[in-house]
Amino acid sequence: MLLSKNIAILTTVFALHPFAAADTSINFNRDIRPILSDKCFHCHGPDEEDRKEDLRLDIPDGKLGALTPRDDYYIIKPGEPEESELWFRITSDYEDEVMPPEDAHKAPLTDSEIERVTQWIKEGGAYEDYWAFLPPKRQSPPPAEFENWNGNPIDRIVFATLKSNGLQPKEEADKRTLIRRLSFDLTGLPPTIEEIDEFLSDSGSDAYENLVDRLLDRPAYGEHMARHWADLVRLGDTNGMHKDFHREFSPYRDWLIRSFNENLPYDQFISYQLAGDEYENPTRDHLIASGFNRLHMIIDKGTALPEESLHKNVVDRVEAFGTTFLGLTVQCAQCHDHKYDPITQEDYFRLYAFFNNFAGNPETVREPERGLQPPYINLTNPKQDQKLAEYEARRHDAQIRLEATARKERISEKWPDANKRASIPFIASETNSQRVEFRYSVDLESKPEAALVRFFAMSKVELYINGHHIGDTRASEKGAMALVESHLQAGSNTIKAIATGPKEGFALRLDYRIDGIEKQVVTSPDWSTRTGKNEAWKSARISTGDGRNNKWTETARSLASLAISRELDQIDADRRTFLETIPAAMTMAERVPARQTFILTGGAYDAPGAPVERGTPAFLPPMRSESDRATRKDLADWLVSTEHPLTARVAVNRFWQSLFGVGLVKTSEDFGAQGEWPSHPEVLDELSSHFIESGWNIKKLIKRIVTTNTYKQSSNAPAIEYEQDPENRLLSRGSRFRLDAEAIRDQILAVSGQLNRTLYGKSVKPPQPPGLWEMVSMTSVNSTYIPDKDDNIYRRSFYTYWRRGMPPPQMTILNAPSREFCVARRERTNTSLQALLLMNESEYFNAAKETAKLALGKTRNVEDGLSLVYEMITSHLPDQDRLDLMKETLASFRESYTSKPELAKAIASSEDQESTRDPADLAAWTLMTHSLFNLEIAKVRR
Amino acid sequence: MDPSYQQFCDTLNRRQFIKKASIGLGVAALPGSLSPLVASSQPGLHFPAKAKRVIFLLMAGAPSQLDLFDYKPGLEKLHGQPLPPEISRGQRVTTMTRGKKQEICASIFKFAPQGQSGLVMSELLPHLSKHVDDLCLIKSTHTEAINHDPAKTFFCTGSEMPGRASMGSWLSYGMGSLNENLPNFVVLASATWSGKVNVQALYSRLWGTGFLPGKHQGIAFQSVGDPVLFLSNPEGVDRNIRGKMLDFVEKVNTAQAEITGDPEIQTSIAQQEMAFRMQTSVPELTDLSDEDESTLDLYGPEVGQSGTFARNCLLARRMAERDVRFVQLFHRGWDHHTALPTHLRGQAKDVDQPISGLLTDLKRRGLLDDTLVVFAGEFGRTTYAQNLTPGNRGNYGRDHHPRCFTTWMAGGGVKGGISYGETDDFCYNVAKDPVHVRDLHATMFHLLGIDHNKLVFPYQGLDQKLTGVEEAHVVKGILA
Repeated sequence: MLLSKNIAILTTVFALHPFAAADTSINFNRDIRPILSDKCFHCHGPDEEDRKEDLRLDIPDGKLGALTPRDDYYIIKPGEPEESELWFRITSDYEDEVMPPEDAHKAPLTDSEIERVTQWIKEGGAYEDYWAFLPPKRQSPPPAEFENWNGNPIDRIVFATLKSNGLQPKEEADKRTLIRRLSFDLTGLPPTIEEIDEFLSDSGSDAYENLVDRLLDRPAYGEHMARHWADLVRLGDTNGMHKDFHREFSPYRDWLIRSFNENLPYDQFISYQLAGDEYENPTRDHLIASGFNRLHMIIDKGTALPEESLHKNVVDRVEAFGTTFLGLTVQCAQCHDHKYDPITQEDYFRLYAFFNNFAGNPETVREPERGLQPPYINLTNPKQDQKLAEYEARRHDAQIRLEATARKERISEKWPDANKRASIPFIASETNSQRVEFRYSVDLESKPEAALVRFFAMSKVELYINGHHIGDTRASEKGAMALVESHLQAGSNTIKAIATGPKEGFALRLDYRIDGIEKQVVTSPDWSTRTGKNEAWKSARISTGDGRNNKWTETARSLASLAISRELDQIDADRRTFLETIPAAMTMAERVPARQTFILTGGAYDAPGAPVERGTPAFLPPMRSESDRATRKDLADWLVSTEHPLTARVAVNRFWQSLFGVGLVKTSEDFGAQGEWPSHPEVLDELSSHFIESGWNIKKLIKRIVTTNTYKQSSNAPAIEYEQDPENRLLSRGSRFRLDAEAIRDQILAVSGQLNRTLYGKSVKPPQPPGLWEMVSMTSVNSTYIPDKDDNIYRRSFYTYWRRGMPPPQMTILNAPSREFCVARRERTNTSLQALLLMNESEYFNAAKETAKLALGKTRNVEDGLSLVYEMITSHLPDQDRLDLMKETLASFRESYTSKPELAKAIASSEDQESTRDPADLAAWTLMTHSLFNLEIAKVRR
Repeated sequence: MDPSYQQFCDTLNRRQFIKKASIGLGVAALPGSLSPLVASSQPGLHFPAKAKRVIFLLMAGAPSQLDLFDYKPGLEKLHGQPLPPEISRGQRVTTMTRGKKQEICASIFKFAPQGQSGLVMSELLPHLSKHVDDLCLIKSTHTEAINHDPAKTFFCTGSEMPGRASMGSWLSYGMGSLNENLPNFVVLASATWSGKVNVQALYSRLWGTGFLPGKHQGIAFQSVGDPVLFLSNPEGVDRNIRGKMLDFVEKVNTAQAEITGDPEIQTSIAQQEMAFRMQTSVPELTDLSDEDESTLDLYGPEVGQSGTFARNCLLARRMAERDVRFVQLFHRGWDHHTALPTHLRGQAKDVDQPISGLLTDLKRRGLLDDTLVVFAGEFGRTTYAQNLTPGNRGNYGRDHHPRCFTTWMAGGGVKGGISYGETDDFCYNVAKDPVHVRDLHATMFHLLGIDHNKLVFPYQGLDQKLTGVEEAHVVKGILA
């Protein structure tokens, strides 16, 4: 039952598949390669390891090639399917003959696939080079045929495809739809009513183009474009592993935003990221961008094996490189040659070698300071530089004084045993106290020639001799000493110490020399103690608490040195506090000497095989290098060379995807043999080669796409067209898809007037439900989400703090990725949790109230008010039917709130109640705007 | 009753709910929006199923098999001696014990045969010991990862690298839903535990969907606030008003659908309706007031406290009753590098009676027959000691050990009262019938009527599957 139903669906899908039936002649790359790749290449493809029967179906010629005649038979005999072993095998009814075999766990070829292979052999069985590995070419578009779809090669190609599929383009969408579509596509924000009015009232022929220019000039454009990039390169705010510590990347994010806004050409945009550190005299931007190489997940020190962590980081970098720039699944060649694409395992490790020479550590420390791991740069301004220089100067000065002091005092010359270990009893008062005084008197026959006092306390102590303040020391200083002969006198001398702090225990030794004879005083029960000024002195006791430090004399330093050390500590602490205010960016740097890379057998980090050098796969154009060892900069130059077939296509496809919801190549992460055939290869080629010619001009590319008639079509279409082509691959209408999580939230904030448009800066923490971080955190480390309190909670969602182990639910529920790995395209599913989020999230609900207040502040007329909120939220005006329905619903809400005033009061706070008429009224309006935010048309880009 | 609210509820009841139900197929390459098969009491995706649902108890941090399940009386004589190199074979260890002595450490806990089957169990699990005749102990489980993060990621998603689909999401994708009012895959993580040392982190990827459609994501129930995020209406909105609001939204959406022709609008409407129903079905699920005393007693005293493992076991039973496909419990605090006896005692106490209660409760309701209960840590612990206090037998720790550890299954189609696989006398290597974690995955799927080689999803050019590219085998020896 289940099975037959599946087949029914499969057949239907194929019959309607946009690219199968349109053109009757066979195109190898489009029609045949995907079948061979999916069903055959695993055993008859590039990978030697799994190859069966000395046969490769991925190449036509050579000993193993598919068109090479065998001794007494043909794999493929051009023109004669029945004479071809391939045809015989895919059509056989016998279990031990049919291909793919049972144990390949592949579904057999469908009737339509068999038909296509048969026809291909009949037509000669010709192979073609794989399309994506040939450079893109400018297209000579088909002749102009349709109304105003003639000016643009893109439109002409799209129209030709529509025509061959028996379809007509849709008319241009109305202006309100267009401005809303463009605003979301280019800036991720809805248009304001003023912007709509401006566009509507502009009847000039260039109104639309001017709108595009205005939007491309907005700072919000850069934020929006950078957000897509962030998914791709897995930009997050934490390590993503183990204790998931903070990892600081806000300068990289800011650089992305700036780069898009300043329209940094795409070739430079990616070169900086890949190899900014290898530019001659790199600028700050070069270095910040090179942080791309640091965006991988990373573990903190402690349990993992550093050599394994190193390997995992490199693997992660290679995957990012492959996905982001090549659009290839190079990571599949880590353990063996790629099964489908001509990437050998050696190729993989040649690429690996580019990323295997990072100068820093493979693991972070525990709780990295400022979320940074060397190497990094502090992004100071001149004033801050000056201040840092001051700290440096002060430090230097103190350091010099420290050395001078040691020279001047010459303690070790005078007292050679000063830092020898000595056993000195610790004493304490009878009762424990936070403050204890110690006292001892010593009679001297004459003033000593020399005297050294050494002392130490388990907490903190101040020392006086004959009323002179000698100095103080604390346990962390591990012992103090001073030359004190000048304070001693003939006759009675009083030593007094005041110990403070939680831990008891004080030790002192006074050495003095009179007439060349040395004598000592040490702490003992003979000393007196008291805990309060007015108390009587009592005998001290020997302290027996644990943790007695009997090595302190070895580490004791002079009080003069200690004073300077304290000064140094203070300078360092001040410097650290100051640094907290300075952004810093992690950067890439090469290790010297370079680390040798080996092919790792089976991809295992501890199984090195043959050594390999840096290089690029042979099926792509050669890489040039002027040094013995290719650099990442060489790799970057190679990527952006004009003959590279992938870089521009992969980029253009993703920009297209962000504007149409799906790429021309749907599998935007995979342009290899297993990827999908492009819906419009000529459009992709035309745009890509033009993109290169334009100097990799991103804004120009975007403008070129959004000014096509293809883009401007209405998304209204008969249901049958949606059923047959749900993703609009044929481009027979405007695309219609749900907005991304960020755009949905940003719209709510923007419409309600709450959006804080501050650009750049550290990530922010809008409120989220309690308990989420606790659920996953290791105890006491980074375990509580503390939301921001100020208007940072209303920043655009792109600035929201992204903990990779538990990303913000407002985002992930609406399909935002976790940023643990590269995602070239988000999926969009429609779930009940999304419905709950939009119905109940407290900030979203609150924004509905703010929106209602805004509208009520502008008009007191119900119809005007309803029309206004409808327009604010949907960019459209309600027709009379809808307005009537809204009126009726508003009245019904009001009725509910009038009969349940306690509910109304829960919505209308006392502050709100002062400013409006009636809590029930505000509550009803709130529910009205809340309802509108939950409409499909508010959540969908159409 | 308010007319439009009533009207909305009527609409809900009339509608044959979720026409485009959320079932995946396991058959590759179908466009996502075209999978309209409604799940029913099917016999399994590829062959007859023994189990309809799974309750997976993941002991995060890795409990010591040597002190709980895998009795090694011979170690007593060897206690304190170095582990022979022919046993350890220079295999890698963590940075914590690298370069250190490997002193054999016998368990201080008593073991005794239990039940009719006579399976030997530690004194730390007195309640679970009463169920041995239902348990299938797999003593030869093994994995590769040596650290928590990759090992947990592997156990939950079949890969050490993040980005793959989790067990429960595969099941949701392959088998579809049996209860359209509740999520298909629920995660219950304990908020409290006894072993307060070195508590390892969790990550939402452990119940993520990776490349599978997002609707198959595990839903983590919260122990504070709403059990399902954003379930409750905001203050000032009651069910009546919510009904009115949804009624309005549905009317406008329906009108819009007539203009646009996009069937996604119908899905939106259906999901909003389901959200509305979840607002009652979830509280009904988590409201324990209909449980009688004797049932609560089964799970032990902590069942009264939200966020405990005991409470989560009871919730798991309630979910099994309501046909939630995959319920995954996480209990943390098992990473006993130091003072293992103290901490393990506490941890065992956390879970012993609750699991026993769960098994009893499932059994007496006839649910154990088609519910598979699985118990596992992400790996095991070493036979040699770590952080020993000299002269104190009762104070030792054990390091991570992926080469052998004990997991167990009960119910849904597995033999009870058996021990499968053996470790060597040191409990260091597998001696007989190794079971890799991916074999465990394959077996779990088999019991659910799924061929692990056939439940695939195309991504990055490969037919992705839970068991990955390495071969995996169904452990035939434990099938009932």
